[in-house]
Amino acid sequence: MGHTLIEKIVMKNTGKTDVRPGAIVTVNVDRVMIHDIFIPFVVEKFREMGFTKVWDADKVVLIYDHLVPTSAVEDVRHFQIGDAFVKEQGLTHFHRADGICHQLMPEMGYAKPGNIVFGTDSHTTTYGCVGCFSSGIGYTEMAAVLGTGEMWIKVPETIKVVINGHLPEGVYAKDIILRLIGDLRSDGATYRVLEFSGSAVDEMSVASRMTIANMAIEAGAKAALFAPDKKTAEYSKVDYDDVKWLKADDDAEYCRVMEYDAEQLVPVLACPSQVDNIHPVSELKGTKIDQVFIGSCTNGRLEDLKVAADILRGKKIADYMRLIVTPASRSIYREAIAAGYIKDLAEAGAIITQPGCGLCCGRACGIMADGEKILATNNRNFLGRMGSSKVEIFLGSPATAAKAALNGVIG
Amino acid sequence: MSRVFKFNNDVDTDQIIASQYLLLPTIDEMKSHAFESLDADFASGVKEGDIIVAGDNFGCGSSREQAPSVLKALGIKAVVAKSFARIFYRNSINIGLPVLVCENVHENVNAGDEVEVDLTQGIVSAGGKEFTCTKLPEYMQNILNAGGLIASLNKE
Repeated sequence: MGHTLIEKIVMKNTGKTDVRPGAIVTVNVDRVMIHDIFIPFVVEKFREMGFTKVWDADKVVLIYDHLVPTSAVEDVRHFQIGDAFVKEQGLTHFHRADGICHQLMPEMGYAKPGNIVFGTDSHTTTYGCVGCFSSGIGYTEMAAVLGTGEMWIKVPETIKVVINGHLPEGVYAKDIILRLIGDLRSDGATYRVLEFSGSAVDEMSVASRMTIANMAIEAGAKAALFAPDKKTAEYSKVDYDDVKWLKADDDAEYCRVMEYDAEQLVPVLACPSQVDNIHPVSELKGTKIDQVFIGSCTNGRLEDLKVAADILRGKKIADYMRLIVTPASRSIYREAIAAGYIKDLAEAGAIITQPGCGLCCGRACGIMADGEKILATNNRNFLGRMGSSKVEIFLGSPATAAKAALNGVIG
Repeated sequence: MSRVFKFNNDVDTDQIIASQYLLLPTIDEMKSHAFESLDADFASGVKEGDIIVAGDNFGCGSSREQAPSVLKALGIKAVVAKSFARIFYRNSINIGLPVLVCENVHENVNAGDEVEVDLTQGIVSAGGKEFTCTKLPEYMQNILNAGGLIASLNKE
């Protein structure tokens, strides 16, 4: 019996010749990511455990993104504790204002094909876009990993998701993952890995795979995995021959197989207030929208900004509409300026904000009031996520979002 | 005896403790905001030894460990759910908050009921019936028995 991709990554990491779902194994962690919200708690627990030195300073990445720039006096404390920890531990992988953690981890090469990475954030599943097994953990667990470099895991079962064919015009990676979450429901992949394949996946950019892997957690998944191809190797700056082993065996055993015909997919929205409440855009046509958000670690990449710019170029957003655009990283911001997308969006009436988590984590840059509706490209529409608990959040692709900004309504 | 606070399916960690309170410096300062958007009286009404009974996928959403931590700080003895989201489940064990998976408790108890929870046997007794919960893997049970990951590491 062959092995799934996750089993192969775990076997390579541990040196075991065979692992199967359900087995509890201790893995050697290749990289960890901690962000600004949780660094004070990680440091506190690290000390409580009696550790004084991180196991390997080169393997620790600290990223400020949720609080950049600060929006409350208390936020500064997080930077002070983080800065002091960086100095004390001699950390070199440290970003104070370069973008969202989940964008930077693959972009900067901290999360590479075949690696095992943990982060103090549930959307750590994103790095599966390059064939990296990555998952979110709490701050106590992170403190333990910082001290030991090890983490125990239960080898997960895998759901194989096959998407074949070409995506129709106007349908994007975001529509695929939303549809999948709607089919799986919000707990349909709990404890499991989603392994993606098929000709539509082969055609996809690494950025689009990132959108899909980012949202795997919204179906409860422990990780999402894409076998690396030549595009991945180029993106992650590795030799393709070195990562060719990262693919499932033909006779690997899956707990479930889900097949999609890309040609049949349509633009969809996750409707208030659960990510698995999926409806076609056509069903919601005409719904009035007060604010549109294009950005986040889900959809704040160059291809997303291009789609929005192509729709809004030379036009003006609807009266009373507030459009907020947030590039996912500093380098994406720079590229979007060079490509003219930022100019197109700003001239259409967008507010361009600094790369960071901002509105998506409900702390700054567009907080909303009771009774308002937003169409956003991020990954969660939970109650209270973007301001008051009476804000209605719709999640969709950058194209669906840009159209709503232009027309003031869905569709 | 433990009093039951009852919730339905897909309770996310934003609902357990909302993002805007995560920047408070201590769990003690956060705990009075637990379940604020779902049940404004929860934090003031809950007492040491009470339990939470929930449906499927309890604790979905973000990785915030503050979610199980505020429940523990408020004195919650255990969370009994049909199923848990993965990160919440693991965080709970790491901080020493007992989490019990049981298919049938949710349908058989009401909010405010007094029930008996035997943590060592994993049995919930309510209305004259006994419900057996799924056993934790030994590795996780040992962490929980030690009182959480810190205590367990210090023991090693």
